[in-house]
Amino acid sequence: MADPILKVEDLTKSFGGVVATDQFFFDIHQGEIHAIIGPNGAGKTTLLAQVSGMLKPDSGRILFDGQDITGLSAAERSHLGLARSFQITSVFRHFSALQNVALAIQAHQGHSFRFWKPAAKDSSLTEPAMEILSDLGLADRANILADNLSHGEKRQLEVAMALATDPKLLLLDEPTAGMGAEDSARIREFLGGLKGRHSMLLIEHDMDTVFSLADRVTVLVYGRGIATGTPEEVRGNAEVRAAYLGEDDAAHA
Amino acid sequence: MELTRLKSWLLAIGFVVLVAVPPLVTALDETFYITLISRVMIFAIAALSLDIILGFGGMISFGHAAYLGLGSYAVGILAFHEITNGWLQLFVAIGGSAVVAFIIGAICLRTSGIYFIMITLAMTQLLFFIGISLETYGGDDGLPTDRSEFAAFIDLGNEWILFYLILGFLVLCMYISWRLINSRFGMVIRGCHENEARMQAIGFPTYRYKLLAFVISGSMCGIAGFLLANLTEFVTPEFMHWFRSGEIMIMVLVGGMGTLFGPVVGAFAFLLFEEIISGFTENWPVIFGPLLVLLVLFAKQGVWGLLPKSKAGDG
Ligand SMILES: Nc1ncnc2c1ncn2[C@@H]1O[C@H](COP(=O)(O)OP(=O)(O)OP(=O)(O)O)[C@@H](O)[C@H]1O
Ligand SMILES: [Mg+2]
Repeated sequence: MADPILKVEDLTKSFGGVVATDQFFFDIHQGEIHAIIGPNGAGKTTLLAQVSGMLKPDSGRILFDGQDITGLSAAERSHLGLARSFQITSVFRHFSALQNVALAIQAHQGHSFRFWKPAAKDSSLTEPAMEILSDLGLADRANILADNLSHGEKRQLEVAMALATDPKLLLLDEPTAGMGAEDSARIREFLGGLKGRHSMLLIEHDMDTVFSLADRVTVLVYGRGIATGTPEEVRGNAEVRAAYLGEDDAAHA
Repeated sequence: MELTRLKSWLLAIGFVVLVAVPPLVTALDETFYITLISRVMIFAIAALSLDIILGFGGMISFGHAAYLGLGSYAVGILAFHEITNGWLQLFVAIGGSAVVAFIIGAICLRTSGIYFIMITLAMTQLLFFIGISLETYGGDDGLPTDRSEFAAFIDLGNEWILFYLILGFLVLCMYISWRLINSRFGMVIRGCHENEARMQAIGFPTYRYKLLAFVISGSMCGIAGFLLANLTEFVTPEFMHWFRSGEIMIMVLVGGMGTLFGPVVGAFAFLLFEEIISGFTENWPVIFGPLLVLLVLFAKQGVWGLLPKSKAGDG
């Protein structure tokens, strides 16, 4: 069988006394959508930050497509085919939506030591950027400053920027966070449409999204994986119910 | 960045007025203004160059006078050794500034925030003290120098010609900066200012781009130093004093950080204001200080930023 696209081995990260990732093992198969769920503060974002290279683990290994990437920078990982979207919207606020996506595309078109030609008039950047914006339903918002987009649109832009680097593995940190039901349904449908083209690590609180999209689900509590399985298996797991789903149902009721 | 029609017009009018300055003030028998405006244009280049890293790159360099000093010492020291060829001096001014900017940048860019400011400041003070200790070249008394020699038709001994040379460099630097800021490279620099973590996440190794921006900015300021030595026919460590760095930064703030051409306006506003007010009172900073505070409070993007923006929200 092919290498998993991502393999995390014995990963540990603590902040002072808080162990945010605790001897965590985990893998994502090629083409799989793997969801990670867990209560607030479980260490989901911390895990993603380590996989994407923005945070250095205390110990453990991360393998991407069979290659040990633990020591690589975030930029290097991006070029191998990893892309991350952020839980807290992290776009270029004073750039237009189009510029945001174009910049992500530019990052993957060789070096940017190009000093003369205006980037805004470079169709090799703007055309593919426009295409991605259209895919996410943002075409008519292309020239609006990111700062002036609605919350839902900013979340869509988050995903657009991650996608623009044409990654093998998408790391999505609560892509529908704070979105209305309609917008989040659209994102869910959109992500479903990407299935097979990109492997995905999906962090999500919204159970509808998790159970409709994920091939497998891992439940994270206090930095530890307490269960991994198909959505049905996980839903049926008593420990999970106690640790997480019950609490989540209460919170979302 | 796009320029609004209003701003394009203002720049065109400004250019025409500058072209008209030498004949006009000569006719009025006030040739002192040729020197004054020449000086202002030189600082406009310095402020413009600082804005590339400060306004666009978000790198708060409190040591930009270093390159003003280096550029001028390139003229002074070479002329002292009887190398008066202007092209060569200019080359050394730019190259020397680039090398020093590379070293300072390589160190400073490993830090951020207040440390970055402090280290750029400390590095420049170091250069200042080196300047003072160069006894051969006048130490803290400075060093009188001859003007650079170009081909016969560019005779810098003529104040008019020097004026137009400086104007030419100003326009050239403005054009180069304009292309730079709108290029792919410029987008990377601006992106680093906006959100460096995201830049890295989408695949940019940001350090090398910021370092090159730092070098370009320093080199451009080296040109200003080259011109300043020619204008004053004198080089002194004072050109590298932190006070001078502060002044250049104030010009950027007054004109509008991150507006590219604002700092050029800022240099005019600051130096002309200083000129006029200091005629009335020696304590002109007492008046200027509060005005600056008001400006920064109510016009975050300086005087240039008060003008209407283009649709894309900048320019
Ligand atoms: N930079 C940091 N410094 C100190 N503690 C941190 C830091 N980042 C995260 N933590 C702590 O690590 C733990 C895990 O945080 P993390 O943000 O990864 O949780 P999460 O599962 O993403 O939560 P949420 O569902 O709220 O997004 C928390 O206790 C948090 O307070
Ligand atoms: Mg989180």
